[in-house]
This record gives sequence, structure tokens and C-alpha cells, in this order.
Amino acid sequence: MEITSRELKTIPTTAELTFKDTLGTWKARWGIGRMTFNVDPGLYSLGKPDTDSPVLVSANYKMSFDSLRKELKGLNAWILVLDTKGINVWCAAGKGTFGTQELLNRIAIVQLEKFVAHKTVIVPQLGAPGISAHEVRKYSGFKVIYGPVKAKDLKQFIRLGMQATTEMRTVRSSLYDRLVLTPVELVGTFKISLMIFGVLFLLNLLGLGPFGVVDFYGYVGAVIVGCVITPILLPWIPGRAFAWKGWLLGFIWAIIVNVLNGWTAVPEHSILRALGYLLILPSISAFLAMNFTGSSTFTSFSGVLKEMKVAVPAIIISIVLGVVLILANTFIKL
Amino acid sequence: MQNLYLKNVATLKMKSELCTGCGKCLEVCPHNVFLMKDSKAVILDKDRCMECGACAKNCAFNAIEVKQGVGCAFAIIMGWLTGSEPNCDCSGNSGGSCC
Repeated sequence: MEITSRELKTIPTTAELTFKDTLGTWKARWGIGRMTFNVDPGLYSLGKPDTDSPVLVSANYKMSFDSLRKELKGLNAWILVLDTKGINVWCAAGKGTFGTQELLNRIAIVQLEKFVAHKTVIVPQLGAPGISAHEVRKYSGFKVIYGPVKAKDLKQFIRLGMQATTEMRTVRSSLYDRLVLTPVELVGTFKISLMIFGVLFLLNLLGLGPFGVVDFYGYVGAVIVGCVITPILLPWIPGRAFAWKGWLLGFIWAIIVNVLNGWTAVPEHSILRALGYLLILPSISAFLAMNFTGSSTFTSFSGVLKEMKVAVPAIIISIVLGVVLILANTFIKL
Repeated sequence: MQNLYLKNVATLKMKSELCTGCGKCLEVCPHNVFLMKDSKAVILDKDRCMECGACAKNCAFNAIEVKQGVGCAFAIIMGWLTGSEPNCDCSGNSGGSCC
């Protein structure tokens, strides 16, 4: 009886990022083509790996794959890319697509045992929420070693004999880490912002305005406060809940907007309108800041839920009240 | 500067009678929540836990319990709106903040 063997297939890659790779990362950060920024799952060879070379596991989100390989200059290694549907390691691990099952499948599909003599795979530590190391070993024979959180520590990790320091094992949320996540937050608000401007324009046409330049920059400012300023200043803003932090800065912004318009001294900027801004603008910032929990590295589901149970009703009531006041203000003037 | 989140909310529990002191949880925890004490892992600071579930998943002795979930308000809102479990799944056109 003839036993047909499956073809052994590897894909060559390098540690060098091209201009196109870098541009792709930049675009993804701005939300352009972020959901189609993929590489094919499979076994990649970097340098000239042999049967003793380490096997590094990654996700098929191109930014994950690129940030791994660019740290491997001068190394010979295998990169086993799992099919995570184009999602990064940490998020995919949370969903389970970067998981025990997919790792076992991928090891079997690429026939990893035919490429390496050892029985170890290095999985990024942030993949651990999806992987059960003892189960992988039980079903495949491969031992999972958790590598450092950051790919840039990989070389040192290997040099230390596959040992990570506590420093390498801890997730940080540096100013830069938060900063690179803000563009996508901002872009995410564009669609809803355009709808709001559309509604205000219609109200103007119906004679319920005038909504003008003050409303425009008041709103845009509140969005920037919630999406950019609050995330950047996060650890320095007093309090713990994200919505609170956003609200606080938004409140300061609302006061600034009112003062810039002569507070209540100027007749067109009445007390009702000023109060309306104080109710609406901080709520917008609070909501957007609350959404940044998803980009942070230290918020728990239970915590976010607790925060939202207070914040969401408060935000809705505050915005409704504010809108009523501003509309009432227009009617009084009519 | 350390980032701190809400206190006394994490669902993390350690059943120390099942712990063998293998240290796997110390290895996978991204927030340094555990500490090895008298050759058993103990919870050092529960408030640092973000409920990623890595420790429970990698405990071969089922000594750790935690309700695994995403700490993402956008995911929770989408979960409310669609009636599904919140997950880290920002689809292409819905914007959102995770990942």
C-alpha cells in the first residue's frame, strides 16, 4: 500500500521591513485597511533555519508578524503563523482564535516535527490567554515556552536560555504605546460626527438653529479631549474610571468654550446655552474616554462593566438634558 | 508611572489547596499579580488583574478561577446591542477602539 505524504511547505521571509511594510503599519494605525492587513498562515523560514532553530509562534495580523520578524535580525528561526483571522496575538488570544486548537492544527498542517529535531515552540506571552500549554504538550508533544511580552526582548530571552525577567513579563502602557492608539480612536468617530453635523444642519434649515462655529469647535474639541488628550494624560488624571477621567477634562474644555464666548455676559450666549455645553461636551469626552478601555492594557471586564453601569446612564441623561436646554434656549429667543 | 484601575472588582480566585507551586501563573501573568510564597502561588495584588484568563488557562491543576473577559467598553456596548457575548471583534466598518 502506498502512503502518500503531504508536501512540506515553507514560506521564506526576512527581518527587514520594506517601505511598503512600514506604510502598511502606518495606514493600519489610522484605520485604513486595518481589517485586511493579513499574512498567510503557515511556516515561515527566516534566515537559514535548521532542525535546531527556534520556532516562534505568531498571528496572521501583519503588524504582529512584522513586529516579530523585525526583531530577529541575524537569527535563523522558524515562524509559525496561526490563522487568527487577521487579529493581533493578544486580542485573538482573548477570543480564542489564537488558541490551543489552532496551534495544534497548525503544527499538524505544516508537519512541524519534520522541520525541527527539538520539541519546543515559543509562544508570545500575550498569547497565553488562549493557549493551554499543558494541553498542547499532551496532544502534540510540543512544549510551549512563553516568550517575553515584547518581541524586542526575544533575542535576550533566547540568550538567557529561554528565560524571561519579570520586566520582560510585565505589560506596560507607556505614553508612546497609548499615543499610537489614538489615531484609530479619532478616525472611529468620523462617521458618527458627520451624522451629528448633518442633524445640526437640518435643524438650522428648519429654523431651530442657529448652530454655528461655536458648536462645531466645541464638539470637535470634546472629541479630541476624549480620544486623544485623555488617553495621553491617563495616568496623571485623578481618579480611576476612564469615563470619569474623560468627563473631568471635558468639563474643563466646556468651561473654556463658555469663557471664550463671554460666558453669560454676551446675550447670544445665554445661561441655558452655557449649561447645555457643560452637560453635553463633558459627556461626549467621557463616552470616548470610556471606549479607550479597549485600547488600554490593564482594564478588566468586571471593572469596565462596573464603570459603565454608572457612566452610560449618566452620559445619556446629561446629553438629553443638555440638548433640551439648548433647544429651549432657541425657542425662548424665537 | 503605574496605571491603576478600579479596586475590588476582579473575579480572580486562587484555590491554594490545589496549587502545586509550579509557577506557571507567575510566568503568564502580564501584570505581576502572583507571588510565590512557601512554594505556593498566592495573589499578591488582585486589583492589578485584568481578567485575561492566562493563569487559569495554563494551570494544569485547576487551582485558579477567573471569569475571562475583555475590558473594552465598546465590546460591551456591541454585546448589549447585538445580544451576544462581548468579544474583541472590531469589524471593519464599525470603527471602535480595540486591538
